[in-house]
Amino acid sequence: MATTTAAEPTRRDFIYIATGAAAAVGGALAAWPFIDQMNPSSAVLALASIEVDIASIQPGQSVTFKWRGHPLFVRRRTPKEIAEANGVALSDLKDPLARNANLAEDAPATDRNRSTKPEWLVLVGVCTHLGCTPTVSTPQVPQGEYGGWLCHCHGSQYDTAGRIRKGPAPENLAVPPYSFLSATRLKVG
Amino acid sequence: MSGPSTYVPKTAFSRWLDARLPIIRFANDTMLTFPTPRNLNFWYAFGAILTVFLGIQIVTGIVLAMHYVPNENLAFDSVESIMRDVNYGWLLRYMHANGASFFFLAVYVHMFRGLYYGSYKAPREVLWILGVVIYVLMMATAFLGYVLVWGQMSFWAATVITNLFSSLDQIVPHVGTAIATWLWGGFAVGDATLNRFFSLHYLLPFAIAAVVGLHIWALHVPGNNNPLGIDVKGPQDTLPFHPYYTAKDAFYVALFVVLYMAVVFYNPDLTGNPDNYIPANPVVTPPDIVPEWYLLPFYAMLRSVPQKLLGVLVLAGAIVTLFFVPWLDTSKVRSCRFRPQMKFFFWFFVVDCILLGYLGSQSVDAAWNLAGIDLPLVWVARFATAYYFGFFWVLLPLVGLFEKPKALPDSIAKSVLGNAQPMPAE
Repeated sequence: MATTTAAEPTRRDFIYIATGAAAAVGGALAAWPFIDQMNPSSAVLALASIEVDIASIQPGQSVTFKWRGHPLFVRRRTPKEIAEANGVALSDLKDPLARNANLAEDAPATDRNRSTKPEWLVLVGVCTHLGCTPTVSTPQVPQGEYGGWLCHCHGSQYDTAGRIRKGPAPENLAVPPYSFLSATRLKVG
Repeated sequence: MSGPSTYVPKTAFSRWLDARLPIIRFANDTMLTFPTPRNLNFWYAFGAILTVFLGIQIVTGIVLAMHYVPNENLAFDSVESIMRDVNYGWLLRYMHANGASFFFLAVYVHMFRGLYYGSYKAPREVLWILGVVIYVLMMATAFLGYVLVWGQMSFWAATVITNLFSSLDQIVPHVGTAIATWLWGGFAVGDATLNRFFSLHYLLPFAIAAVVGLHIWALHVPGNNNPLGIDVKGPQDTLPFHPYYTAKDAFYVALFVVLYMAVVFYNPDLTGNPDNYIPANPVVTPPDIVPEWYLLPFYAMLRSVPQKLLGVLVLAGAIVTLFFVPWLDTSKVRSCRFRPQMKFFFWFFVVDCILLGYLGSQSVDAAWNLAGIDLPLVWVARFATAYYFGFFWVLLPLVGLFEKPKALPDSIAKSVLGNAQPMPAE
C-alpha cells in the first residue's frame, strides 16, 4: 500500500473508528444481561418487608427475627440502657451518623435518632465489619464493655444504641425502615 | 531449551499422523526426551504431585456433582446423603475434601521451593506469575467448594469473604454494598449465592487446568531451574525426562498419595471444622469462625488490622505482593544454597508463615502469658504481618545488593559427578 501524507481523515479512517465504536458499544450491551442476571431477582425483591408481633418481649430482652435473609434485632431497652446510650457524647463515637433508614443520611447518631420510641431499638443484626451476627449483652452475661453487642468474629463492640464503639467495624448497626402499626405490631421494610 | 525435535515416527500410521497433527512428536519432545537438569532433588517432585491432585479433584468433583443439590434447603442434606446413601459416597467426598488440603500442602511446598532456589528469577518470571495466578484460582475454587456444604462454617465463610468487598464503601459510598449484593443475588448470602457458587466451583478447576498448561509451556521454554540455580550449559548437564524423572516423580507421587489416603481412611475430618456439620443458620454466627487451615495466614493478617478497609487491603496486598517477587529480588545468584544471609531470612519467613497460620486459628482476644506478662496475640500477628511484607519489600531488594554470595560451581555436571566423565544419556 502506498503511504500517503494526507492530513485529511480518509473514508477508511471513518469506517475503522465507526466499526470499533459499534463493537465496543455492542459488546457492552451484550455483556450487561450476563452481569445483571446476578443482581437480586424480582422474587427476592418482593419479599422485602415483614410484620412482627412484639407484645411478648419483656424489658431487657432482645429478640431476633429474620428479614431479607438477615437477622433483625428487636430490643426492648430498660431505662438504664436508654440512659447509658443518652449519656454518650457524640464526639466519643467512631461513627457519628445515625445510619437510620427512616431519617436523612446525615442525621447525627444521637440515641433519639437511633430509635423512634426510645424503649424499642430495631436493628439489622449484621456486624458492619464483615457481616457476622453480634451476640447480645445482658447484665447476667455481659458481652464487651458497652452493654450492647459483641461480634465474636473480629471483636467489634456496640453500645446499647447499637453504635460501634471499639473494634474493626466502621459503622453503627443499621436501623432498617420500620413503623409501628399498633403498640404491639411492627412493620419492617 | 528442548532444541530440535529428535522424534522419528516408526510406523506407517505414526508417519501419516505426524504429517497431519504432530501430537506424538509433541508428547515425545515435552514428556519423554525433554532435557532436564540431572541434579533435581525431592523438592522438584511437587509439580508432578500437584498435577495428580488437580486430576483427583476434577474426577471426584465431577462424580460428586452427580449427587449434590445446590439449593439452600437441600444442599446440606444432599451432602449427608452422599456420605450415607450413595455407594462409596463417603470415600469420594472425603477424597475431595482432603484432596483440597493436600493440594494446598503441595502447592505451599512448591512455592517455598521456588522461593528458596530463586526459580522466579529471569528468565522464569512469567512461569512464576502463572503459578501465582493458579494459586489465586485455587483459593477461589477452594472457598467456593467449602461453601457448597452449606453448614454453619460454609455459610459464615461465604458471608465474611463476600463482605470483604463491602469495605469499598469506605472509598466510594454504596459501591461496596452494591458489589456484595450483586455477588449474593439478594440482600444476604442465600439460595441465589449457593447456585452461582456451584456453577463457578465447577468451572474454575478447568480454568486452573488451562493455566497449568500455560505454566508448563512457560517451564519448557527456559527449562527447569535446579538446586544450584545455575544455567544448563550443555547435554552433559541434563538427563532425558523419561525415564529419569518420570520414575523419580512417580515414586514421590506414590509416597504423597499414601500419606493422603492415610488421612482419608483414618482421620478424614482432621482439618474439618465440627461446626460445619451443623446446617447453615443465617441468624446465628458460631462463636469462633475460622477458615480452612490453608487460608489461616491471610486471615491472621486481616484480623491484625483494627480498621476494615486497611485490613482488606493488607489481605489483598499479601497476595498481590507475590506477583512482584521476580523484580523485588536484586540478587544475581538464584539459589539460597549460595546466599548465606538470604537463606537465614528465608527460613525465618517459613516460620513466620506457619506462625501466622497458628495465630489465625486462635480466638481474636487470646494472649500468650510470658513470665507473668500477657502478650496479646493480635500484637504477635502485627509483627508477623510486618515481617511477611518486610521479607518481600525490604529484605529481597536489600539483601541482594549487600550480600556476598558463595562461589558458584562451574557446571551442574561437575557439581554432581566431580571429575568423572558423564555417562551418555541413552
